[in-house]
Amino acid sequence: MGGWWKKNPFYVEYMVHESTALFVAAYAITLLVGLVRLGQGEAAWNGWLEAMKSPLSIVAHLAFLVAIAYHAFTWFKLFPLTMPPIIVNGKKLEPEVVVGSGWTAAILAALALLGIVWRIAA
Amino acid sequence: MVPLVKRQTRKGKHPMSEQKIIEIEVLRYKPESDQAPHSEVYKVPFTDDMSVLQGVQYIKDNFDGSLTFRWSCRMAICGSCGMMINGIPKLSCESFLRDYYPNRITVEALANFPIEKDLVVDLSGFIEKLEAIQPYIIPKEPRTLEQGEYIQTPEQFSQYIQFTSCINCTLCYAACPQVGLNPDFIGPAAMALLHRYNMDSRDGGQAQRMELVASEEGVYNCSAVGYCSEVCPKHVDPGNAVNVNKINAAKDYFLRFLSPKGGAQ
Amino acid sequence: MKTRKRSNAPIFWGLFGAGGMLAALFGPMLVFITGVAIPLGLLLPSGTMSYPKMLAFAQNFIGKGFIFVIISLFLWHAAHRIFHSLHEIGIHAGFGAKLLTYGIAFIGTVVSAAVLLRVGF
Repeated sequence: MGGWWKKNPFYVEYMVHESTALFVAAYAITLLVGLVRLGQGEAAWNGWLEAMKSPLSIVAHLAFLVAIAYHAFTWFKLFPLTMPPIIVNGKKLEPEVVVGSGWTAAILAALALLGIVWRIAA
Repeated sequence: MVPLVKRQTRKGKHPMSEQKIIEIEVLRYKPESDQAPHSEVYKVPFTDDMSVLQGVQYIKDNFDGSLTFRWSCRMAICGSCGMMINGIPKLSCESFLRDYYPNRITVEALANFPIEKDLVVDLSGFIEKLEAIQPYIIPKEPRTLEQGEYIQTPEQFSQYIQFTSCINCTLCYAACPQVGLNPDFIGPAAMALLHRYNMDSRDGGQAQRMELVASEEGVYNCSAVGYCSEVCPKHVDPGNAVNVNKINAAKDYFLRFLSPKGGAQ
Repeated sequence: MKTRKRSNAPIFWGLFGAGGMLAALFGPMLVFITGVAIPLGLLLPSGTMSYPKMLAFAQNFIGKGFIFVIISLFLWHAAHRIFHSLHEIGIHAGFGAKLLTYGIAFIGTVVSAAVLLRVGF
């Protein structure tokens, strides 16, 4: 059964969206390292902030951004498969509406997060 | 295309110079004589109306009478003629040679099942899975004949009707990589049937069926590939039946100690 | 009647689902803010992630909760998916793979809880 997933574009896409997990893990570990540095005091924390400015880190985070955005895109795209029917006003919501609502929620959440960070930082 | 000038032709057929030939590569296997399956290529004359099933029938009628395959209705309702066509699980009666011409097409037995002979697979494991899910109404409460028929509203009917459309063609099992990796996985069609009964307002058997759903052969083998629903010729969406039951099984897992009968609804 | 073994998958599936939802809703913007905007000085004030500000955030109940939930659930989501993907590409390392994937998620969870408690309130 080796390489079963290479034999069909549907399976290839599946493996691509599954592999976004590697990037989610890498980012979470980056944050974890930052948290540990925060716990070690100001100098350690500033060291982590400096490391985040390196070209390697910027490129890595751009890769994380693409991968995690693709995770979000496919996560909601799979809602018609993974979610029970959603009834609104006695009618089952169309798959396109469910998926679109998910993507909209993700965009709104992203903007809300940006807004909150902006306000705290000010 | 048919020429405008009338020619001497055999009744109902194009002139020989117009005859299109498609190469069909079939995976053959005779258990009594072959060590392993092997491919044979047949050059099959065809017309645009011919299905892949008809192509395979042509091979049996004209080249090798021993070619063995299942078929019946020729109209995508009996579920017999499922095959891998260019590596994709399809009903051969609703796949058309014209859509593959001029390329060669490969025809093989459905993936993830043992091959009995040529294009015939051993479905006994699948039948056992269907039996295991208790595919019958387990009444919510005891009911006598004198009470008359069940009343079911159109809304209640809409909850499960989609899952009644399964024709047991097993394309979904051929599509599912988790079935390939774990043949004991109950699988899409069995779960669609289970869900059909669980969602029927007349049925009260959810708790009884939960043991299988929540078991190691149950829904958590699924990784939401979704190809099962993609290939289903009847739009049953078996993938949804499997995934919705992950939620039910999780409720059962976490709430089982709260109620004397367990957490399953 | 065959007795079947109940799967413990719901625990890991639940963590996978929660982590996946958080990553889908907040992942992209978090990566952008922490990994691109702040380091490059885009959009946000330069002191946004300064030590005093971040320490205050980590000492705050909500901040603690947010940091803990993001790090741990992202790790549990990734562990579950990576474990199953290994199986799918033919690496059936069983307990070893479980230890590597879920083990790292567990360690990350414990470490982040420890640090967040140590920075105080």
